[in-house]
Amino acid sequence: MDNTVIKIQDAVVSYREDVALQGVSLEVRKGEFIGIIGPNGAGKTTLLTVINGLGKLVHGQAWVLGSRLNERNSINLRKRIGYVAQVENIDPRLPINVRETVMVGCYGRLGLFRRPTRTQWETVDEVLEMVGMAHLSQRPIGHLSGGEYQRAAIARALVQQPEIFLLDEPTASIDQKAQREILSLIQLIHREYHTTTLFVTHDLRTLPSICQRLILMKDGKIWQQGSPEPMLREEVLSQLYGAPISVPTEIAPLRA
Amino acid sequence: MTGAGMDFSILQYHFMQNAILAGLFGGITCSVVGVFVVTMHLSFIGVCIAHAAFAGALLGLWLGFNPLIGALLFSLASAAIIGPVADRGELNPDTSIGVIFSLMLGLAFLFMGLMPGARTEALNLFWGSILTVTQQDIIFLAVITAVIVGLVVVFYKEIQAVICHREVALAVGIPATVVFYGLLFSTGVTITASLQSIGGLLIYCLILNPAAAAYQLTYSLKRMLLIAVAFGVISCWAGLAASYLLDIPSGAAIVITSSIIFGLATAFSPKRKVKGWQQVPLAG
Repeated sequence: MDNTVIKIQDAVVSYREDVALQGVSLEVRKGEFIGIIGPNGAGKTTLLTVINGLGKLVHGQAWVLGSRLNERNSINLRKRIGYVAQVENIDPRLPINVRETVMVGCYGRLGLFRRPTRTQWETVDEVLEMVGMAHLSQRPIGHLSGGEYQRAAIARALVQQPEIFLLDEPTASIDQKAQREILSLIQLIHREYHTTTLFVTHDLRTLPSICQRLILMKDGKIWQQGSPEPMLREEVLSQLYGAPISVPTEIAPLRA
Repeated sequence: MTGAGMDFSILQYHFMQNAILAGLFGGITCSVVGVFVVTMHLSFIGVCIAHAAFAGALLGLWLGFNPLIGALLFSLASAAIIGPVADRGELNPDTSIGVIFSLMLGLAFLFMGLMPGARTEALNLFWGSILTVTQQDIIFLAVITAVIVGLVVVFYKEIQAVICHREVALAVGIPATVVFYGLLFSTGVTITASLQSIGGLLIYCLILNPAAAAYQLTYSLKRMLLIAVAFGVISCWAGLAASYLLDIPSGAAIVITSSIIFGLATAFSPKRKVKGWQQVPLAG
């Protein structure tokens, strides 16, 4: 039985004159946890946007969750894909609280003309409890710290009941303690739900030890991919980043 | 209480009843779209659409067709141009919206300059004349108010997601772009419907001020909508009263009232205070 959930063939994406992805091909199996690393501008985020249909292909094809992505079905596929971006600047006066923000995750699947049910609100409360944010559920979203904001974003993606989880630099711009907590949470979620997960980071120290496969991206292409151990060597990483890189101690478990 | 010293006989006049209704409907609908504009930080886009509506109405007056149709076409067209320009980022949104804004102002003055004879009606569109609104204007405004409020009730969750977290709304599969354009077009339609009573130059203050005042007072979108509507209607009615009592232009009185409300809301805003801090007495 074919358990491929993402298949990308020769994808090219360009933003005006800049080519962000140059002929990328990739297959992801159900339940895999994949780490995507590479320097800034390597095309990591663009690859994720191809998967959730927000990045427009100028060449190539992509199949996600059994459907070939196009303009018409991408909105429906996005309802089944959880997406967490890096911490954004938010207006502290924004009139929405944590609980309401997390509920937004349900709105896509809920569809037009339907209101959230009591059961869905209970699910939101349970997920907030799970990510350790229950005590902040009534707080305005703009009043959270970076780490708290990311927990809320992960909770929002979880209530979506995603079949694919896309994490785009979720630990960028937050302090080290919060980084460790977010990484633990992401790994806990994967162990619990076995959701197919793609985790993008440019910071090697924040690579989750649960990664089963690593994709190394450079100049809009997949430069190398495979199991983490052979990838996480100084000579490989130094070539990838174009500067001498020593392997951080934080990712030692991945080399075991 | 009989309101000793106050003369309420003015309320029996048909023109005053119309003005009160125009203030009610205009206050509600302007404040509701104002909440979208303020929350999404799109103030300049709103100003631009308001001036486009004004230019379209003047074109109608010049060429002899219904100015409201001109206002509607121009405001919707400007929303249709501004939306993609602001979204695609090919030009800095401030620059492109600034260019469209100045073009609309230029067109407005051009149409006015080309207009033959007295320009009383055109000047009315500048300042508005809530005291001379017709039954037809009121019906139009009431229908637009009912439609806008109805849309907000039906699509509340989508609107909340888009105005607070537009990128997230897109990522979870909400038709965020359609909702965003719907909000821009609602702004255009509201401005068109209120043009006759409030005026092209003043309408934008009635959109911005009540919503901006409500934004200072609450973290709940539902409450913000209700407070903004209350402030919008109070601004219109208090402005009307001031206009009658002090014999000053009604549009200007409405805008000044709404500005005062905004000033008071900002001064007493709980969002300006630091929360969760208490002075701890020093030990010993």
